[in-house]
Amino acid sequence: MPANDERWLDAAAGPVVRPYAVTQGRTRHSGEAFDLVATVTATTTRVAIGGGLGPEHMSVLQLSQVPSTVVDIASDVDLPLGVVRILLGDLRELGLVTIQAPVPMRAQQVDKDTLREVLHGLRGL
Amino acid sequence: MAYGGFEAGGMAPRRHRAIKILLAGGFGVGKTTLVGAVSEIRPLRTEEPLTESSAAVDSTVGVERKTTTTVAMDFGRITLRDDLVLYLFGTPGQERFWFMWDELSLGALGAVVLADTRRLADCFPAIDYFERREIPFIVALNVFEGARRYSLSDVRVALDLDPRLPIIMCDARSRESAKEVLITLIEHVLSVADEPVSR
Repeated sequence: MPANDERWLDAAAGPVVRPYAVTQGRTRHSGEAFDLVATVTATTTRVAIGGGLGPEHMSVLQLSQVPSTVVDIASDVDLPLGVVRILLGDLRELGLVTIQAPVPMRAQQVDKDTLREVLHGLRGL
Repeated sequence: MAYGGFEAGGMAPRRHRAIKILLAGGFGVGKTTLVGAVSEIRPLRTEEPLTESSAAVDSTVGVERKTTTTVAMDFGRITLRDDLVLYLFGTPGQERFWFMWDELSLGALGAVVLADTRRLADCFPAIDYFERREIPFIVALNVFEGARRYSLSDVRVALDLDPRLPIIMCDARSRESAKEVLITLIEHVLSVADEPVSR
């Protein structure tokens, strides 16, 4: 029994289903668009099993117990980005996660204090 | 009713600051090398529409109705603080991946155009792209062994770059050099942010 038993599928299981079977053939997520580095945060630590949520939804919910970006979640669940977006759209619609846009970084919106923090951090690497 | 429980994160939700930086340039110019030199590389799967040019290369016998294929790409992550993380995305150089650029550049802080003096023209599309979208960028010349050295001013003229735009030499394999590239970009973004709006 693997120690990491909250994951229903592990890497050794390999691809069990074709990627978009997980989304029931949907290729677009519901709701408004979200950025690759938007932060996903679970709103609950418990959820009823069934109710249309598959094991992939559960994996994504587990990962978002700690605020995580869309790309980090996609990398961790090892599903194509497009699939993960759809799963996240479902979870958002059910109110199980919030998806927060990244700090605005373009043009006049740029947060200079954050940039100085980045500079400081890079120099200290 | 059955419930699925999750391990609590143990971390109070707070503003998580994720900063996106793009790394562009021609195929084989050293983008992945540079990302790997300075950050933790993470795999990402994404999809690519199958175009005629790629369909001619990839065998699609038996899957004629398939219109996308999964593409593996990497991104780099540098955790500067618990709540401040830099993400580095290499924009795929080949023309058939251009559909990804708009998605990747959305909300990007800035970009590094990595250039190889032996194939300078390879970075023209990236420079045009970032200029058109007013995404601040710098040019970093990856110095390959055995390549003829050019002065930075010669390269600036060859690329027809704005005199204020930073251009530096780098060694994509070196962590210190890769750090310097990122620092140069952030300093440039800060200086652009200080400029009065001209339009």
